[in-house]
Amino acid sequence: MIKVSNLVKNFGRREAVRDVSFEVKPGEVLGFLGPNGAGKTTTMRMVTGYLAPTSGRAWIQGFDVTEKPVEARRHLGYLPENAPSYGDMTVEEFLAFAAAMRGYRGKEARQRVHDTLEKCILTTVRNQPIETLSKGYRQRTCFAQAILHDPPVLILDEPTEGLDPNQKFVVRNMIREMAKNKVIVFSTHILEEVEAICTRAIIISAGQIVADSTPAELRKQGSLDQVFRWLTTSADVGGSAR
Amino acid sequence: MSSPVCTILKREWRSYFNSPVAYVFIVIFLALAGFFTFNVSRFYEAGQATLDRFFFWHPWIYLILVPAVAMRLWAEERRTGTLELLLTFPVTTAQAIAGKFLAAWLFVLMALALTFPVVATAFYLGSPDPGPIVTGYIGSALLAGAYLAVGSLTSALTRNQVISFILAAVIGLFLLLAGFPPVTDVLYQIAPAWAVEIVAGFSFSAHFEQMQRGVLDVRDVLYFASAIAFMLLATHVTLDNRRTK
Repeated sequence: MIKVSNLVKNFGRREAVRDVSFEVKPGEVLGFLGPNGAGKTTTMRMVTGYLAPTSGRAWIQGFDVTEKPVEARRHLGYLPENAPSYGDMTVEEFLAFAAAMRGYRGKEARQRVHDTLEKCILTTVRNQPIETLSKGYRQRTCFAQAILHDPPVLILDEPTEGLDPNQKFVVRNMIREMAKNKVIVFSTHILEEVEAICTRAIIISAGQIVADSTPAELRKQGSLDQVFRWLTTSADVGGSAR
Repeated sequence: MSSPVCTILKREWRSYFNSPVAYVFIVIFLALAGFFTFNVSRFYEAGQATLDRFFFWHPWIYLILVPAVAMRLWAEERRTGTLELLLTFPVTTAQAIAGKFLAAWLFVLMALALTFPVVATAFYLGSPDPGPIVTGYIGSALLAGAYLAVGSLTSALTRNQVISFILAAVIGLFLLLAGFPPVTDVLYQIAPAWAVEIVAGFSFSAHFEQMQRGVLDVRDVLYFASAIAFMLLATHVTLDNRRTK
């Protein structure tokens, strides 16, 4: 599970994240919603331990991400924003690298890579250098490294960004399939996505949580579109994730 | 402990050979080493069975080529966003630094090893004392490591590879010139001797020169080891600073 308590992040004088707290339990799919620059990516980077919080703490499977970063990350699969990967490697080499980084060796590593290639429908491009692939494949390749070790906790930063409708469908199905026994947090600004796969939605605006509810509950207040705009336009001061 | 270091090392090593960088580096390194040794220093005409004229040029060749190898170490990962991927695997920052540094070092050492025809030539033409050749190679290897560690730091400081290259070359030039006899001779005339010696003590040149002469002093080895350790530690601090900003 993920626990986040009173996370604050300041970049110089700008308050990117102000006092964010939440808990996510296995079986929950948390949609992290918010306009661009609201602090979604910054929050996720703090939960993964990539950014150190100005104050507050975060735990993955009970491990404090600042004090026990390696243990915490062992239980984590993470798809960073823009799905970075090593472009000079082939898809298979890249996944073999991820498997080795996760401590898999020999036959078990090959089996993991093989299964993940199939699961993410990457088998046909396995021998292509990643830089020669289209955006959708690159996104899925990075997604593949996040689920290769079957982690109990998945954090996905805009997993469907830049994908065509078919590819979005595939990724959403994968998330839904994995949802049963995992903790999944993913950020998006596509509202239909939240309705389609989330059991819970947090709306964040100008670094603060403005709603924490189920998509159905939010729905009662009007269309998700309207609720989103109503909650986020008043407080939004803009900014960027970097 | 060691296995993530190994995994990162292997990935780095392969990335050198996936791009033209490796081949350009090796060819230019060997061409420059050969050109300076045989054409500029007139190795044959000198008629001496030593490799002084060969090792003399190493600091200068490294000065230009090693920052080019080091500049991509961190800057490239930051530019493409893979640093976030790398540092959210279950590894420590120290392991990532070690893996990347060792890969770059082994790569430069491989290029250095390919200069063996120079040694063969010396042995074919005369009977040189093998001692200074062995210590010269050890010194050259350590020197390359020190330049690389400087480059690792400057690469961590910026996501711009050009800036990383220039900073590394300038710092390298300073560390070289601070103990270079033509420079220290001038410094002795304008500054007290103890001050010049302190500055020169920080220099690569004096320590490397000892080794070229066949003297393998623990202090010289320690100097290079601590220079490398210090620069890698500074790389660690720089990468941590990015996290906390």
